[in-house]
Amino acid sequence: MKRSNEPIFWSLFGAGGMLAALIGPALVFITGIAVPFGLFFKPDTMSYAHMLAFSQSWAGKIFVLAVIALFLWHAAHRIHILLHDFGVHAVTAVRVLCYGGAFAGTVIAAYTLLMIKA
Amino acid sequence: MSNRRPYVRSMDGWWKRDPYFIRYMAREVTAVFVAAYAVLLLVGLVRLGQGEAAFNGWLQYLKTPWMLVFHLIVLAVFCYHTWSWFNIMPKTMPIMFVGGKRVQPGAITGTGLAASVIACLAVLFIVRGMS
Repeated sequence: MKRSNEPIFWSLFGAGGMLAALIGPALVFITGIAVPFGLFFKPDTMSYAHMLAFSQSWAGKIFVLAVIALFLWHAAHRIHILLHDFGVHAVTAVRVLCYGGAFAGTVIAAYTLLMIKA
Repeated sequence: MSNRRPYVRSMDGWWKRDPYFIRYMAREVTAVFVAAYAVLLLVGLVRLGQGEAAFNGWLQYLKTPWMLVFHLIVLAVFCYHTWSWFNIMPKTMPIMFVGGKRVQPGAITGTGLAASVIACLAVLFIVRGMS
């Protein structure tokens, strides 16, 4: 029997969903609302110097990659099923588009992080 | 070939037929916003790699009113994601037993939501303390 590749995609979906459920609201509040509009945090929290220093550390690189990549894989899996629910039955095309998009995003994020040297 | 044209019920708008399907759809559609937020962060990361001027441009863009509206919607959707994620968790995870008794669905959902509140507060205070 051919082995299914479903567990890989489902694990990435689950990990992304869990990460988003645990810290997603806090991240959106920080990066999208509080810091840009000067609430609760110091105004330079997301300054170039701070963000550069953060993504120069290995802990920072792993965190940024985990958030971007896992969110993308989580969303790709759900959108892939969602398109099926709305009657788009081009299974291969939908899979290539969704998982391919998540893969491309992961590669771009990983490459950018690796190029940011200390 | 016969000329029969049997009635086939349309599947259009199937998810509006039942509150259960509507909740399912609401939960799944959150993914579109999760993807949008991830792409925005990815753009920010790429801009960071391009240097200070590029990154500052991205930061300025975040301050536009449309991005505030976008993030307020995304925040609401993420809160719904958190709630729905732990709401369905009793069904998505393997059945768990503690002391020979099955862990009740409400306990799983409650523990998950409590963990989220703690994790979010931890992130907020770590970031506040960092800079």
